[in-house]
Amino acid sequence: MIEVRELRREFKVATSKGLRRNYKTVTAVDGVTFGVQAGEAVGYVGPNGAGKSTTIKMLTGILVPTSGDIKVNGVDPSKQRRDLAKRIGVVFGQRSQLWWDLPLKDSFDLLRSIYRVSAEDYRRRLDECVELLGLQELLITPVRQLSLGQRMRGEITAALLHAPELLVLDEPTIGLDLESKERLREFLADINTRRGTTLLLTTHDLDDIERLCPRLMVIDHGRVLADGPLEELRAEVTPDRELVIDLREPGPAPDVPGVTAVRSEASGLRHHLTFRRAETTAAQLITRVVQQVEVHDLAVVEPEIDDVIRKLYQRQPGLNIDR
Amino acid sequence: MLAGMTTNVVFGLLRVAVLVAALKAANGEIADYDIAAANTYVWIGQGLLGFVLLWGTNELAERVRSGDVVVDLYRPWNLQGALLAEDVGRGGYAFLTRLAPPMAFGMLLFPFQFPATAAQWPLFLVSGLLALVISFGFRFLIDISSFWLIDNRGLYGFWNISSGLLCGLTVPIAFFPGWAREVLWLTPFPAVLQAPIDVFLGHGDPVELLLLQAFWAVVVLAIGHFTLQRAVRKVVLQGG
Repeated sequence: MIEVRELRREFKVATSKGLRRNYKTVTAVDGVTFGVQAGEAVGYVGPNGAGKSTTIKMLTGILVPTSGDIKVNGVDPSKQRRDLAKRIGVVFGQRSQLWWDLPLKDSFDLLRSIYRVSAEDYRRRLDECVELLGLQELLITPVRQLSLGQRMRGEITAALLHAPELLVLDEPTIGLDLESKERLREFLADINTRRGTTLLLTTHDLDDIERLCPRLMVIDHGRVLADGPLEELRAEVTPDRELVIDLREPGPAPDVPGVTAVRSEASGLRHHLTFRRAETTAAQLITRVVQQVEVHDLAVVEPEIDDVIRKLYQRQPGLNIDR
Repeated sequence: MLAGMTTNVVFGLLRVAVLVAALKAANGEIADYDIAAANTYVWIGQGLLGFVLLWGTNELAERVRSGDVVVDLYRPWNLQGALLAEDVGRGGYAFLTRLAPPMAFGMLLFPFQFPATAAQWPLFLVSGLLALVISFGFRFLIDISSFWLIDNRGLYGFWNISSGLLCGLTVPIAFFPGWAREVLWLTPFPAVLQAPIDVFLGHGDPVELLLLQAFWAVVVLAIGHFTLQRAVRKVVLQGG
């Protein structure tokens, strides 16, 4: 679906000193290579200014790469922008493609004409989105009167009316409340599994990734720092896990092989045992622990996805940090 | 709409008063314009002003500045063509609300020079439509200059001030000294306003005027097309 090789994009930025004007070249995207298969759902994350949006602008053909190859749906986006636009959908969380003063339905009608969707397909797709996203009441409301959550549901519908094979979402959940976010994620997960629509989304909300994207790509300073299934990346950058045990009676922490660090609290009632996932399994550890002490409760804690991402951001490209 | 119509008419009254006073001082005629022609010139000019939308809204420039233009750019359309279509649609509405009322006002209440031949009426309509297209082309160029300038308000303001004089709104181009007249007719500006008025008044060969307008319409749109292409190739699209 997407093939990107050694993609680069530079910008000239003016740096004025008095009357003299100098230009400095800034590389927003610096040799990015990746591929996305049809039907995948990929999270594309990175700190602000990492090059995410620039990549997306190049994928949709509205920016021309400085160098490198892109193929989306088999075509070069900037050369065949209009053909491609009919086959992909784009949602920018911070922008709107709806007509501000028109009712939602009128915006959809206009998009139907722009994308030349047949009346029958249009009605079927619109009905589906209206039902799943609960837009029925909102169709006659002018876009300017919609709440952000309502508008985002409208934006997503607008991007799906021409049944794109690839849906690119640039921070779709930004600014939404928890319930709106959840509703949107549920809907996106549904079209990904049921319709097979390929998803590529950038986000700062890591719950989006956890909920939607089996695969995660991390970019910073224009370079890909990591690319792979979330679970693998988690194992790679945070090799430690924690076994939390609550004892029946306060006591010292059990001494078992494989534990690298112990932290105790509640005057010996609770102990946090850190262990390496590569060396010890949780099952082994639990077996040994229950042989030594009487356990009231226990839990295995995975590192938070935020920690995983933070560790990934700290990575330097090309640097092997396998400790 | 009502405000625009009223403004056009009130300014028309002022302009008629000034122009007629000037004509009377010059024994009733300046360069092909007698009292009736001058009245006609003013009322058509006041109507065309809103119809061709000489002074636009700078809305696209704002979208370039904020980066919202990415939404316009990724759609499967030719952006310039789509906006032109929108502007022609706006023209249809403006025909009824901005062009017809001042003309009717002038016809009914002032000495008015009607076209000598019936053929001039449809020719005038075609000329007005071409003028709208050229005017759109200028506004589009000023708008997309913000890809480079970021803030194009200087250029926008300069256009708003100078276009009236260059296009023949302030005084007829025919009132200019000979050399200025010749230079101006080599530019696309008179095609935006003076040309349709001349077609209506029968000043000059109407077919020639229409061909000139068609030429400028193609040129201005072509420049817009290539400028936009270059903008997308070379320039930063604002915002994350």
